[in-house]
Amino acid sequence: MKTNNVILHAVVKLVVFIILTLSVYLFLSGHHKPGGGFIGGLVLASAFVLLFIAFDIEAIRKAIPFDFKRVAALGAFISVGTGFGSLLFGENFLTQAFGYFDLPFFGTTELTTVTIFETGVALVVVGVVVTIILSIVEDV
Amino acid sequence: MNNLLVMPMALPVLAGILLIFFRNHIQVQRWTSFIIMLVNAGIGLYLLQVIQTEGILRLDFGGWEPPFGILFVADSFSILLVITTSIVAAVCLLYAFSSIGESYEKMFFYSFVNFLVAGVNGSFLTGDLFNLYVCFEIMLLASYILIVLGGKKVQLRESIKYIVINVLSSWFFLVAIAYLYGSIGTLNMAHISERIAETGQTPLLTVISMVFLTVFALKSGLLLYFWLPRSYIVPPVAVAALFGGLLTKVGIYAMIRVFTLFFYHEPSITHTIIGVMAAVTLITGSIGAVAYKDIRLIATYNVVIAVGFILVGLAVGTPEAIEGSIYYLIHDMIVKTLLFLLVGTVIALTSTSKLDEMSGLIQNYPVLGWLFFIVVFSLAGVPPLSGFIGKLLVSLGAIEAGSYVLLALALISSIFVLYSVLRILLHCFWGETMISSEDEVPLNKGRLIPCLILTGLTIGLGLGAEYLSPYVENAAYTLLNPEVYIDAVMYKD
Amino acid sequence: METLITILTGVLVTVATYFILSSNVQKVILGSAILSHAAHLLIMTMGSGLKNGRIPVLTDETGSFVDALPQALILTSIVISFAVTAILLVVAYRTYRATGLDNFYDWRGYKDE
Repeated sequence: MKTNNVILHAVVKLVVFIILTLSVYLFLSGHHKPGGGFIGGLVLASAFVLLFIAFDIEAIRKAIPFDFKRVAALGAFISVGTGFGSLLFGENFLTQAFGYFDLPFFGTTELTTVTIFETGVALVVVGVVVTIILSIVEDV
Repeated sequence: MNNLLVMPMALPVLAGILLIFFRNHIQVQRWTSFIIMLVNAGIGLYLLQVIQTEGILRLDFGGWEPPFGILFVADSFSILLVITTSIVAAVCLLYAFSSIGESYEKMFFYSFVNFLVAGVNGSFLTGDLFNLYVCFEIMLLASYILIVLGGKKVQLRESIKYIVINVLSSWFFLVAIAYLYGSIGTLNMAHISERIAETGQTPLLTVISMVFLTVFALKSGLLLYFWLPRSYIVPPVAVAALFGGLLTKVGIYAMIRVFTLFFYHEPSITHTIIGVMAAVTLITGSIGAVAYKDIRLIATYNVVIAVGFILVGLAVGTPEAIEGSIYYLIHDMIVKTLLFLLVGTVIALTSTSKLDEMSGLIQNYPVLGWLFFIVVFSLAGVPPLSGFIGKLLVSLGAIEAGSYVLLALALISSIFVLYSVLRILLHCFWGETMISSEDEVPLNKGRLIPCLILTGLTIGLGLGAEYLSPYVENAAYTLLNPEVYIDAVMYKD
Repeated sequence: METLITILTGVLVTVATYFILSSNVQKVILGSAILSHAAHLLIMTMGSGLKNGRIPVLTDETGSFVDALPQALILTSIVISFAVTAILLVVAYRTYRATGLDNFYDWRGYKDE
């Protein structure tokens, strides 16, 4: 398949960054508003999938040298790890905590352990979705 | 609050995730999984003791109090099953070490066994109906992978049917949960029970209970077992043994839990239907067990008969019958795993699964022959082996309740079980040997030791029934008195 | 609104049943996906009212808001059905590669094994 996809390449290079930004926004807004790790992860995965569709798979593989199965496993580990983390403080499994901190640049910021959990979820989603797509694509 | 409660599910999940990073370190994978199972069994034993002194334990995830949050509840019934699951899984892993092959081990085999066990344990421990669905799905997703791993033609074909039928039954589960939530407004199992007891079991709720019955009948293979025999024979031996020992039992557990905790007000409808289904299962399962000449199919039809037998106990519903069902459930998890392992070993040694094509194995492999001999009697329920007490108690319960038809069918099915496995014994182990001493495939210790451990367990369970009986009595007491469960979940600090 | 969604659920179940009863694997998989959507709609309808309040997101306003639990259930169940459909697709594809067949009827026959 040696078609000339100049337009697709040009658009994708631009759009991928917009998608990445949107995914970060969705991820962070998830604490109080609609959004969250799952949706953020799906959008992030769609950015990767778009790259894989538009460019050569091998080229992207070199540029993003992750084993996406391991990304998923790392995410699952982080999520389950927050559950175990609460055991260290003698709380119930999966207990979450939050607090307000004065950070130099951001001002008063709410920091929560749920965000760590959600990071794990997002990584799982990215890893799983990209793995599924790649394992089907590679065969064709 | 007791965080140990979540460990039987959380530890395998954590181990399964971590093992993905150790893809090429097979020894690490093997022994981590094995140790996790042993630790789980130890935790289970400890919790069982705690439950005897302190009553039913509960763990609210994230500190959300019931009925608002998700929670794990441990009573004697669930913990007994957790212990048995952990032991059976450990033994299957031990068998897998020497038989499964490196290609499987590098394809995350141990991770998925861990996830499977996590799902099974989670289903036993959860106190929330939707969480039960999720744990079922964790278990099923892991089982989809395990059944398809290896990628042989027949495996792929059977696993598609297996997955489709399970997707359908999961859909029925969701629908049942939706209807129950719509009419009761809660998903906490104790809370549901309490509300049904308050409002009475209206005809609508009885209909919903029938949807639940369909779901669990599909999952456990009660009457709707058409998918079971063919799909349990395709995966490798260790996986088939895990499936035969654990998967249908989760469906049985869920059915017993749901029909003793929620829908126990109209036994003349619900329990009668369960009884009829169990009776038909016993009849058709017995026919299947004697009809086939493939020893793997004979073993899988024995699984079906056992499902019918255990649910006869639930249908009868007297304290003794429920106790018998619990005994038989534990016995069956152990002895079915053993049967699958032995059958798999025989196939590995003779490289055929047809009855006609083998004979006289006992002269080549005397230990294997005697192990099979013990299994035959344990399956048939001959004292002092573990099957006896369960059969005795269920029969006593059936006599007490006057269900003579069920009693007769249960006992006749035992004869069919005996006949079907005796056929394997006579054809495969008796007679002229077919393997000359030169082409004899050596039976390695890795395959023999797991079988020996399980045989020891079935003998021990039979002889040590007296030590087990207080726990089983406690389990049956909790099942038959839902207010104990409700009280522990809803009203204890 | 509830009536409408219930009818829609019924239509989806009808379509899905038709698909699942076909012998073509792809149609069966599509059917199972549609079936799961029907179940999600059913769960949504079973919550206490579809249009009687605000979305269940915490803000300073008070007032009635819809039951949030069905949405949590649906999200979980969407994730699960997503995973199951993915597995089903991959297994069907592999089976097709191994046997060259995508029809349940053609997979019958145990003589060769």
